[in-house]
Amino acid sequence: MTLLGNFALWAALLLALWTAAMAFFTDWQRRPMLAVAVTRGVYAICAALLVATVALWRGIFSHDFNIEYVWAYTSRNLPSYYLVSAFWAGQKGSLLFWAVILSLFAALAQALTSTRHKHLLPYVAGVTSLVVAFFVSVMLFGHGNPFERMAVTPPDGKGLNPQLQNPGMVMHPPLLYLGYISITIPYAFAIAALMARSLDTGWIVAMRKWALASWLFLSIGITLGMWWAYVELGWGGVWAWDPVENAPLMAWLTLTAFLHSVMIQEKRGMLKRWNVSLMIGTFLLSIFGTFITRSGVISSVHSFTQSDIGYFFLALLLVSGVVSFTLLYTRWPMLVAEVQLESLLSRESAFLFNNLALVGIAFAVLWGTLFPIISEAVRGTKITVGPPFFNQVNIPLGLFLLLLTGIGPLIAWRKASTANLQRQFIVPLVCATITVVGLVILGLHDFYPLVALGLSGFVIGTVGQEFYRGIRARMTLHDEGMAIAVLHLVERNRRRYGGYIVHIGIVIYFVAFTGLAFQEKKDFDLAPGATETIRSPFGHTYLLKHMGVSQYTRLNRQVTAAALGVSVNGKSLGTMTSETRQYIDSFGNPTFEPSHEVVIRSTLQEDLYVVYGGSPDGTERARFTVIVNPLVAWFWIGGGVLIVGGLITMWPGGPQLRTQRRRAAPQAGYSVPLAGVAE
Amino acid sequence: MKPSTKFAVGASVIVAAVGFMIFQGIQSTGKYFLTPTQLVSQTEKDPRYVNYGLKVSAKVVRGSIHRDLEHNRIDFSISDGTKSFPVVYTGPASSIPDTFTDANDIDVVVEGKLGRDGTFRATDVIAKCGSRYEPVMQQQTKAS
Repeated sequence: MTLLGNFALWAALLLALWTAAMAFFTDWQRRPMLAVAVTRGVYAICAALLVATVALWRGIFSHDFNIEYVWAYTSRNLPSYYLVSAFWAGQKGSLLFWAVILSLFAALAQALTSTRHKHLLPYVAGVTSLVVAFFVSVMLFGHGNPFERMAVTPPDGKGLNPQLQNPGMVMHPPLLYLGYISITIPYAFAIAALMARSLDTGWIVAMRKWALASWLFLSIGITLGMWWAYVELGWGGVWAWDPVENAPLMAWLTLTAFLHSVMIQEKRGMLKRWNVSLMIGTFLLSIFGTFITRSGVISSVHSFTQSDIGYFFLALLLVSGVVSFTLLYTRWPMLVAEVQLESLLSRESAFLFNNLALVGIAFAVLWGTLFPIISEAVRGTKITVGPPFFNQVNIPLGLFLLLLTGIGPLIAWRKASTANLQRQFIVPLVCATITVVGLVILGLHDFYPLVALGLSGFVIGTVGQEFYRGIRARMTLHDEGMAIAVLHLVERNRRRYGGYIVHIGIVIYFVAFTGLAFQEKKDFDLAPGATETIRSPFGHTYLLKHMGVSQYTRLNRQVTAAALGVSVNGKSLGTMTSETRQYIDSFGNPTFEPSHEVVIRSTLQEDLYVVYGGSPDGTERARFTVIVNPLVAWFWIGGGVLIVGGLITMWPGGPQLRTQRRRAAPQAGYSVPLAGVAE
Repeated sequence: MKPSTKFAVGASVIVAAVGFMIFQGIQSTGKYFLTPTQLVSQTEKDPRYVNYGLKVSAKVVRGSIHRDLEHNRIDFSISDGTKSFPVVYTGPASSIPDTFTDANDIDVVVEGKLGRDGTFRATDVIAKCGSRYEPVMQQQTKAS
């Protein structure tokens, strides 16, 4: 199988180089057969990498421990669903995973893109093939080959890290990778548009769904990462501003900015340079993210220790950065805005500020993440910044962004009149006021939480008003019932109302983050039968009783479990059992260090989160860390809402003709001077 | 004023605010991040580094971890090959990541203060993720 795998990798590399050469150096514009050959080249790369994928999975499932990768990440007693995820558990496998998924996306982009954009497709194929060639080269020349064999065959493998033996961890890395990888496709369209000098909105229409898909994958990947950190790492939070978390966040922020600013380009023909730059920046950030998590240049909890693979990524980062921006520079005059900003009180301007805030947050995160390196280079001493820095800078910026989320949809394109502002802002402002006053009466007096929740009320007011008006209009104009009106409203304007649903998801995230500010945390040392209490910010009192410690052996681990009898406000909730686990191989020898398994009791209001910290030798006394986390469940609910909204915006088919610019038809009621053409 | 000029003014205010917040944030929350050798040379040059909150990155000395669950205390030593320090961590064992071990030279970041007695009192211990010690694994592969 490794022979076949190696063969497939070499085939993929040669095919990718051939396809890229055909795309960039031949005269396919005049000879359609060549363009067809380029597309077939993309399909062939994909086929070769699928063969390599099957080969690696076969090696894993047949327990061929002579293959170094199989030995390093699996064992005979590993449950079979973790054998599937072992494919991307290690560096080498995730390189192959990256390459095969990218080649699949590249093939889909060729197959699904409308023939209207066929003047871009060979260039798109060229860019994607080069990136695939890069990943295959790292495998073949950068000590990243998952098919490497060893001199001897060990009887059993080393097993999978216990922290990766979690259902969330089966899904989190591939989804995050899907996000990172799919960014290559819209980036390839941007480069193709630059190369073909085809710089109208065509490339944006062609790649919009891909950008949305990347955004959705990144969102899901980041949320699953938060969930994994929460249930597996045992510190009771969801976000630690670790470089490995910051990396996808930065790409997500610039991509979010892009998704908003392309709307201005579609509607008004502005911001062309900015949009291309944002797309290039997002791609570079995705590569940069891979670089910092794999090179060890920045100390991170998850760093792959000092491997030279990082320097391949650094090279890719530099080369693609220089080439992309040089290309952009040579096309600069073709990217002139068609109109100018007409008023500061306009949706364009709200979107521009939204972009500034998003890019500002991304920059602050980048600066904080890189500061150890910058300070060492400039002042000779390494200085690190942690969560206090990121919170201090990003909370005000995040709240500003939340405010704009509410304002953007309310304000008219081009120029808002006073009448427009009055008509639009009353309901959301009333919602915000009611929220703040209500919370103050209920006893909340902290500044940031009040601002965050007040702004959340404002955004909900905005979205609610938009839905209400749309539904009412349909009910009167088309004589539809309520449910039908809702359905048709969303179905006929998927991007708009899907986007609003995403905004609701974001608001829910803000509410959940606000809840984390009220976390209660206590450490207890309990003899069997002893009790302790912890009070939640919502006023509930939890009574915890230590019920004793037990030890037993499971499939691939020895478990020490400590049970707590829990009651809230005098009402029993049953027993919560937290474990420490010692994983063992099939001979009973310990593998890895002991790991902690937290136990969580989750409600919509708050989570009770218990970690068993072990017992002093020979006693049944147990140490527990007990945390009450308000509103954590809303992270996962917000994630769900966001996915639903995102899927609605990208659902295929339906009336998508409204994407054409409506510059000629000013909305009734607003005074609109005809746009100046000169810049 | 032209709308685009107004926007430029607004944008400059935001950019300046972001820049100021970043600067301010680093001034007030930044921490020195040193190796044991750097820490020793810094404290010799400037005694203010003693009892000053900072972070030290090093490797855990093999076999040096002594866990005292009774007193919520973990003693261990860190070293960068040249200089080493004893470290005392006081706090709940459940706050220490599972990857913290003295078996195979793991990298660790300790946050706290270096006392006058030369002992580092840690308030936080961060160990790197254990799944990916590929260099170590490769050495073992060659040995076997």
